[in-house]
Amino acid sequence: MAERVGRFTVKMSKKPSIIGFAASGGKKEKSGPIGDLLDKSFDDDLLGQDSWEQAESALLCNSISLALKKAELKNDQADVIFAGDLLDQSMSSTFGLKQFRIPTVGLFGACSTMALSLSQAALAVDSGWANVAVAATSSHFCSAERQFRFPLEYGGRRTPNSQWTVTGSGATVVGFESRESAPKIDSVCIGRIADLGVTDANNMGAAMAPAAADTIKNFLTDTGTTPDDYDLILTGDLGEIGSRLLQDLLERDGIMLKNNYDDCGLLIFDKDSEVGAGGSGCGCSATVLCAKILPEICKGKLGRVLFVATGALMSPKSAQQGLSIPAVAHAVLITS
Amino acid sequence: MKGLSFLTKEEYKKLTKKASNRSKILPDCLGAFVIGGGICVLGQALFDLYQSFGLDKKTAGTLMSVSLIFLSILFTGLGLYQKLANFGGAGTLVPITGFANAMSSPAIEFKPEGHVLGIGSNMFKIAGPVIVYGCFASVIYGVVLVICQYVSGVF
Repeated sequence: MAERVGRFTVKMSKKPSIIGFAASGGKKEKSGPIGDLLDKSFDDDLLGQDSWEQAESALLCNSISLALKKAELKNDQADVIFAGDLLDQSMSSTFGLKQFRIPTVGLFGACSTMALSLSQAALAVDSGWANVAVAATSSHFCSAERQFRFPLEYGGRRTPNSQWTVTGSGATVVGFESRESAPKIDSVCIGRIADLGVTDANNMGAAMAPAAADTIKNFLTDTGTTPDDYDLILTGDLGEIGSRLLQDLLERDGIMLKNNYDDCGLLIFDKDSEVGAGGSGCGCSATVLCAKILPEICKGKLGRVLFVATGALMSPKSAQQGLSIPAVAHAVLITS
Repeated sequence: MKGLSFLTKEEYKKLTKKASNRSKILPDCLGAFVIGGGICVLGQALFDLYQSFGLDKKTAGTLMSVSLIFLSILFTGLGLYQKLANFGGAGTLVPITGFANAMSSPAIEFKPEGHVLGIGSNMFKIAGPVIVYGCFASVIYGVVLVICQYVSGVF
């Protein structure tokens, strides 16, 4: 049974494994630094669907099918799916999951969903109420623009601090496996909502950095470790500005992030004027984790990875009402 | 230095400002000048062209506006206006072409939701406030004008 360590962290007793994982992405992601690592990429951002939301559903569906296939499981062998996305009523998850006929738990954690769903899947398997649990999420540039910003063809200018929503999806299958190489989930830390008054929706990294700092600090305190104890501390989508702020904030508490720190938002795209401060969206951390990080753990290149996905929890309504952007970050320690 | 739990919103605002990238004002202004100016030059060229066909000033002016609106919507539909705007900034926003783009882009975007609840109800999403407050301002202007005329008539 999972056990609480310190105030915020939960340690798995049976160390569930990630027995299957897959990532799919769109055209821009394909041409980026992790393009060749994606299990599947699509040149048509609509994926042959009628709308961007349906295209996002298709992406999610694709990743989950591939992940289950890689885990050598049939659809009906999974006991539960944890999934969520950025859209109203989690539209893309709901429509992407309905064909699987697997018991489903919908989650909302904005761009932190990958860590949130993975933590829930790990807890479900560790506590024994599921033998196999799927954790997945997705985002699509076009559907996110529609949800939060202006129409795609509207002649607006992107500010240098804005981030580019990743068109992509990642899925992991958590269970028990005898294969030694499968990545294991050691412990999870569910984050607190942090809000330091950032109202600029074009500077999400700044809004999320305090949440990431809080969760990382809590995790390190609870486990009595320092950043040097990890091969990689990987945040979700803080981008250029958020990463800078995170390092500054942690330094104030005497926690120094060094070369073993990176951010998925900085890994997924080549830097150009369109991308701004980096990638963002649920799919950002999900695709980088499933396409790059987990394979490296399997190969033994990475041993202990603290995966901290960050989410800005604003809604279009809260932004219109002038409220500041609350953020959350969840941490999952994945080991080889 | 204060730790995270003691940091106030004002202090964090300062930190954010320091860490953030600023817009490059000079290149941005130059881009806006070139693109916005280019659109105006195109308008003038069309205006002269229509006049050379023997049209009077008023008709040529109207035809020029219609042509620019058409071109803006065509470019929006082809997915080129956004690219132009990303370079030109306010240069594409201010002329009449910006308004045409603000009307046509939601019309394209909301097509999957149908003609009535999609295109019909969302087409004015961006341009709507401009029309509402434009009309409101014209009413105020009219009232002020009437008062001024009345006052100048009395004295």
